[in-house]
Amino acid sequence: MSRLIRMDTTGHSTLAEWTAADGAAVERAAAEFRAQLDAGYYAMVTEGEGKARQVSELPVEAELVILRRPIAGG
Amino acid sequence: MSGAALPETAAVHWRPRADARRLRGRGRTWTLTTVAHTVPFIATAALLAALEPLSFPVGLALLAHAWAIPELYARRGANVVRPRPRADAAPEALALGLLGDLVGHDARELHARTGLVPERGALGVWLVGEAGALLVTPGGRRVFCWCVQVAEPGLPSGDRIAHLLLALRADEEGFATVANLAFSGAPWRLRRRLVPRVRPALDAGVRMARVSTPSM
Repeated sequence: MSRLIRMDTTGHSTLAEWTAADGAAVERAAAEFRAQLDAGYYAMVTEGEGKARQVSELPVEAELVILRRPIAGG
Repeated sequence: MSGAALPETAAVHWRPRADARRLRGRGRTWTLTTVAHTVPFIATAALLAALEPLSFPVGLALLAHAWAIPELYARRGANVVRPRPRADAAPEALALGLLGDLVGHDARELHARTGLVPERGALGVWLVGEAGALLVTPGGRRVFCWCVQVAEPGLPSGDRIAHLLLALRADEEGFATVANLAFSGAPWRLRRRLVPRVRPALDAGVRMARVSTPSM
């Protein structure tokens, strides 16, 4: 089961769950994914130790997609 | 760490992209600036003592300035990893679970003790906190203190670190470009200004960096 989560004030919220075989769930997840990107979040996928990649389309095969806010110098 | 540029770099488009060579230059410039701030005070104190020994109180004040200025810089660097107030327990625990999934056992253990997460990168060993990060360069002889954070109020500490960690892993040089440099110098100068809880993280970072090939 893949998950789309957003880091927020609750710790994190699970916004969507899907399996690649479930087309309707993927579609719902993709819609939620786009809505979050429109709201200013960046989507990240971890790729093994010490690696992460920003994605602009829902990676259907990814186990975990994490939404984060932009960072800035303090 | 992967290749695509961090989108946040667009907000600081005037800055040259950080890399190992530029960091070496910034480190040297920082040291020269510190020397330029302190040497005139020391030289003036020595001159006064030579011209008029009775002026020693003024000389002592000048030497105090020469000592205080580098200390203030180091303190500014230490402040980037000063522990912040915690959010409520439940969000903190949830965020900690996610952060724990992102890092290995040793990093989890160091975070539990010090509040910083170690991350080895191409530029050196990073120690990521809630509102900033330390970068110990390969060889462990210099540390950079970076002020960088997610501008979202109310986030738990673990999530703040996870934000920075993910950005760092996606584009290390972009991360160093976006962050503001607060201090650069020898680890021992920073260590004594860190809160005691955080010091073991710097020690661990220096040990890890000594294993790396010195290039900076």
